[in-house]
Amino acid sequence: MQYSEIMVRYGELSTKGKNRQAFIGRLNGNVTKALHEFPALRMHPKRDRLHIDLNGEDADAVMARLSKVFGIQSFSPSVAVAKDMTAVHAAVLELMAATVPTGASYKVQTKRSDHDFELDTNEMNLNLGDMLTDARPDLVVKMKDPDYVLRVEVRREAIFLSTKTVLGPGGLPVGTAGKGVLMLSGGIDSPVAGYLALKRGVAIEMVHFFSPPYTSEQALAKAKQLTTKLAPYVGSIRFIQVPFTEIQETIKSSLPEGYLMTIQRRLMLRLAEAIAKKQGALAIFNGESVGQVASQTLESMVAINDVTTMPIIRPVATMDKNEIIKVAEDIDTYALSIMPFEDCCTIFAPPAPKTKPNLDRARYYESKLDVEGLMQRALDGIQITEIRGSDEFMAQNQDVIAELL
Amino acid sequence: MIYFDNSATTKALPEVLDTYRTVSEDFFGNPSSLHAVGGKGDAMLQSARKQIATLMHAKPEEIYFTSCGTEGDNWVIKGTAFEKRQFGRHLITTAIEHPAVINTMHQLEQLGFEVTYLPVDHRGFINPVDLKNALRDDTILVSVMAVNNEVGAKQPLDEIAAILKDHPNVHFHVDAVQGIGKGLMTTLRNPRIDFITFSGHKFHAPRGTGFIYMKEGRHIAPLLAGGGQEDNQRSGTENTPAIAAMAKALRLLLTDEDQKVAHEQAIRRRIYEHVAKFPNVVMFSQLTPDFAPHILCFALPGVRGETIVHAFEQHDIYISTTSACSSKKGTESSTLAAMHVPSQIATSAIRVSLDDQNTLAEADAFNAAFDQVYAGFAKLFPTPQQ
Repeated sequence: MQYSEIMVRYGELSTKGKNRQAFIGRLNGNVTKALHEFPALRMHPKRDRLHIDLNGEDADAVMARLSKVFGIQSFSPSVAVAKDMTAVHAAVLELMAATVPTGASYKVQTKRSDHDFELDTNEMNLNLGDMLTDARPDLVVKMKDPDYVLRVEVRREAIFLSTKTVLGPGGLPVGTAGKGVLMLSGGIDSPVAGYLALKRGVAIEMVHFFSPPYTSEQALAKAKQLTTKLAPYVGSIRFIQVPFTEIQETIKSSLPEGYLMTIQRRLMLRLAEAIAKKQGALAIFNGESVGQVASQTLESMVAINDVTTMPIIRPVATMDKNEIIKVAEDIDTYALSIMPFEDCCTIFAPPAPKTKPNLDRARYYESKLDVEGLMQRALDGIQITEIRGSDEFMAQNQDVIAELL
Repeated sequence: MIYFDNSATTKALPEVLDTYRTVSEDFFGNPSSLHAVGGKGDAMLQSARKQIATLMHAKPEEIYFTSCGTEGDNWVIKGTAFEKRQFGRHLITTAIEHPAVINTMHQLEQLGFEVTYLPVDHRGFINPVDLKNALRDDTILVSVMAVNNEVGAKQPLDEIAAILKDHPNVHFHVDAVQGIGKGLMTTLRNPRIDFITFSGHKFHAPRGTGFIYMKEGRHIAPLLAGGGQEDNQRSGTENTPAIAAMAKALRLLLTDEDQKVAHEQAIRRRIYEHVAKFPNVVMFSQLTPDFAPHILCFALPGVRGETIVHAFEQHDIYISTTSACSSKKGTESSTLAAMHVPSQIATSAIRVSLDDQNTLAEADAFNAAFDQVYAGFAKLFPTPQQ
């Protein structure tokens, strides 16, 4: 059985008043980007839904892409059939045979936009119900909460049938909420924070601090690989790597151990803010979770947050580790995140960092550094990579390996 | 040369050795090393594991690499005994297992475990009813081979699996060293089977390779403690080149498996139909579908098996007495003894074992040589030839 179109329903944005047009435009643009590998598709945007004419493309592959476009509430693959009841009956039976198992319950739900069609909504429901009662005696009709709903849409060009509604990812179309930078480490939390930012429509750019030779090339590759897991939600994501070695070495050699972590974080945040401003981003996102580690106590947040007035959004702030891991598994970042490469947060970590650093002291110690010079040199060394979902950074030898096996 | 001793070992394929060599040179890093060279080795190792898992319709984390079939058998049996000894000390196997299983069981008996050896009928098959009767509350393991290495009898694994459905705590181990690539995949993937042993050199991989399948959720004690390789279950630096070579050999083996099985069947049939015509031949393997396609065991009563082996050697044809592992000891075959074959016939048994590299022309050459060998030994036969 061959589906002829996928009907996409918009989510929350249907309620967004005057901004509707902008939201729908952005969503359609994002859908088009997500489906760029399927040249035969034709898009037909409507007021509260989008019809994607498959034109022979594979429905399952298209739906897999759609499940990563935020702003989509649900979608249904449907079969188009000529407006002739004999043809409709045959198509209904074929569709039901392929998708509705023996013994299931169902109901018929007709919608009519073509009011000239010979049968009205009720007549269509009855007609198909009668036909199915005879042809599929194994099925049970159930009006309330049936296993399957046979949706019938009588439109001007054809009649569309579907039995399946797949939930979309919800959220808002990426880009409609502006842009932010995400402080991406390589751990479990920050990719989840990035995912949640994207889900609320925020386009993100990754800021990653790396400290060669203390952190390895593999740690950098891992952060880039994590970015490939989020890129499919937007098309591509800008990855900004910031050299952090000099700053870490300077702090380590000149400041008391208990404040190493606090000052290091203040510098990271200063750099993130500078980059955000340069990139036109309005907020900083990170993967901090209250109380998880020394730098994430409320006292630490006070002492670190002090360096900027830009909003810092912490999407996983109040989630438990297990809840974060659950999302990480769903978005396929968990296995990558737990690969054991040191990142710049763990090297130079003092054995006993201050969990309750004092703000005045933090300011005082930081004032002893040439903050401006350190920042400038770090910003001068920035490298930017545009990362797509299909990029590969970890397994450089996969082609050679496949050849040998 | 005609090599008809593929159940003893097979010749490694050139393309498999190419992989061995390239991986040795370009992926030599220790997979546990932190640096990029180690990472490269690890990528190769994990890709090989993934490929084998896919070929076996299993998950990568269900595949563990070993050094040979004997290690796999030892590990599953002793590992089960050690892991589950608080739950019971009774194990069940068959009287016709490979020494890697039988002698492991003997070791456990000396440690206080009890073992039931299921008998076989005159054709070489266990009776599932015997297994059902042997099961006890304290049974922890059932270990049955997929294909007997001496006569080729395919044991009734599906029936055993059905019986063990009612005994979910009993580990079910299958020694499939002779069963891989022989058209048994559906049976081997019976969901009730918990452990399967494989050996690489039986399918054109280098010596010193093997793997076991361990179903997700099952646990056995490791035999090799150490650096924690193989998910802490089998320590020892991974033999990456040989493992990669084995993954390739397995892929080649399972490509067009059905055609290869049919090809081996045809060769075996041609030899069977020729030699079975002679009056002083006792056939043990049969052409019925419950025998594996690659093993043909028969006897020329009155002539010792090793004498027959050497007679064929004169024709540049290489076969064996029953199993290579016991043949040098001159003892009679344990499988044939379990089948109640009289000792004077069992000691005159030989085994022809094929693989997909063999040809029908080789079968014809074997048959021609057989005629000469048979005629040469005629005066040794117990019944005078008329």
